[in-house]
Amino acid sequence: MTTALSEPERFAAESPPSLERASYGDKVFRGLLTLAAVAVPVLLGLLVYELWSGSRLAIAEFGLDFVTSSRWDPVAEEFGAFPLIFGTLFSSVIALVIAVPLSLGVAIYLTEFAPKWIRQPVAFLIGLLAAIPSVVYGLWGIFVLIPILRTSVFPFLRDVFGFLPLFQGPIYGPSMLAAGIILAIMIMPYVMSVSREVLLAVPDTQREASLALGATRWEAVITTVVPYARSGIVGAVILGLGRALGETMAVTMLIGNRHEIAASLFAPGYTMAAAIANEFSEAVGDMHLSALAYVAFLLFVVTVLVNAGARLLIWRVARGSGAGSKAI
Amino acid sequence: MNRRVLRRLFSNLMVGLMIGAVVVALLPLFFILLDLVAKGAGSLSVDFFTETPAPAGETGGGVVHAIVGTLIIVGTASLIGLPLGIAGGIYCAEYPTSRLTWITRFVADVLNGTPSIVVGVFAWAWIVATQKHFSALAGSAALALLMTPMVLRTTEEMIKLVPNSLREAALALGYPRWRTSLSIVVRTTLPGIVTGSLLAVARISGETAPLLFTALGSQYLSFDLDQPMAALPLTVFTYATGPYEEWHRYAWAAALVLILVVFVLSLGARLAIGRRFTLNG
Repeated sequence: MTTALSEPERFAAESPPSLERASYGDKVFRGLLTLAAVAVPVLLGLLVYELWSGSRLAIAEFGLDFVTSSRWDPVAEEFGAFPLIFGTLFSSVIALVIAVPLSLGVAIYLTEFAPKWIRQPVAFLIGLLAAIPSVVYGLWGIFVLIPILRTSVFPFLRDVFGFLPLFQGPIYGPSMLAAGIILAIMIMPYVMSVSREVLLAVPDTQREASLALGATRWEAVITTVVPYARSGIVGAVILGLGRALGETMAVTMLIGNRHEIAASLFAPGYTMAAAIANEFSEAVGDMHLSALAYVAFLLFVVTVLVNAGARLLIWRVARGSGAGSKAI
Repeated sequence: MNRRVLRRLFSNLMVGLMIGAVVVALLPLFFILLDLVAKGAGSLSVDFFTETPAPAGETGGGVVHAIVGTLIIVGTASLIGLPLGIAGGIYCAEYPTSRLTWITRFVADVLNGTPSIVVGVFAWAWIVATQKHFSALAGSAALALLMTPMVLRTTEEMIKLVPNSLREAALALGYPRWRTSLSIVVRTTLPGIVTGSLLAVARISGETAPLLFTALGSQYLSFDLDQPMAALPLTVFTYATGPYEEWHRYAWAAALVLILVVFVLSLGARLAIGRRFTLNG
């Protein structure tokens, strides 16, 4: 049995040696393709090397203290990325808190409850959200979202939840929460479409067994389908996290861009990607450039780890359906 | 009320909440598109597509420099990225037992998850820093690196769908393997490959972050790949964050044009695919 193999894999495995005889044309063809296939890992190697060599100066100067220090002073050439790392994580967590329940709600509705005719159109429309460029989200955020937040949503939140440190302090408009909300809108289509693929991979027998035991439709979903797809759904969420961590333009335009740490959601902040976007072309000192390259290097390492984890989890559920790779 | 009715009520309540989630999820799309048309359409004119920008503070002018810049930068990126991605994808699908396939596939997935700003820093360090000046070519290189892994993975997934009987038929008729690959396998999946390519072009057309410190942007119409060049996403960013009322109007209009380009490419991609293959969403 070769059930796990794809068609070309089976073909390669089953071909008798005589079919492998290589003509001149075959050699040239394979050689050209190999060149392209080799180029991709070579480019990644080059990317890692350039990031490392660009940040060498800062790594030698600050070492790992870079991650914990909060000072960012281009004039004195003192750099620490803690506020950036904090801002990146904080804004991404806000985005997940908003986006995950919404995307799961949509994904579960579309796979388990929605009438057939509604499924494709809704999935298509939400997919369109993923096609909108980041800079357009930023534009909309500056001129539409922020005015609404500043005049009505933020004051309301402060009045109702003002006893929590999260909802205290002056209201400017550009803020952690504004960035978090726009990030939530941006990652929602990804979390939704991967969770949907994972839920679709759950066998129907699971649902039928649960319903046959007398569960309501909701109980069947929550006690049987979701637990079956659990690690895949966690993978989808982590994939969304990976997107949120590296998202640049919309966040740069909405977060306020200050190297500060504040507990309040209304306070401006900064993220790693936003700092690179804002300061890189204006950086004059070599140390400033190197510190920004160091930030890029850290961001790269973190997103690679996060994405690798997500993929592993998705593969465990939807093995062979290619859910993870198609959704990217 | 007995427990049974309660449970059924709860089930219906949860379905209601999920329908609410669908509505909330679709609202931003609706409002973004509405605002783009409402605030952007009014500024579209013949001048907008044919003139370069007026000096800061004055009215009039257009964004032809950015439209031409985007076409040149994205076109150059596609010339590099598409052949590389498609050839790599064919390799991964046609030689699945090779170790290089495993490595390339893994690396493509890693690159797919890499933030575009990081790719921008790479292109800066690799090209701008060594040439000592900003150039459109560096921007194209960054975009090409972003699109290659996308195209590679979709091409591979598409080719995997081709049934073996087609390969066997071609080989039985005496075709060498390279002709089987090109004129049977690739030919069969061509709509899928075109779709993947168009989606990748659509995606990089809207990218801003990798261009910030490579193509840099410019106020003039330029055709020189070796010089800084304007691009639509960069123009939206500069105008949106600038101080003038006039700029903000132009930012909306440029964003409207940008999103039309991206949507037309994405829709074209979906049309190209036909019925035999299905892609995500």
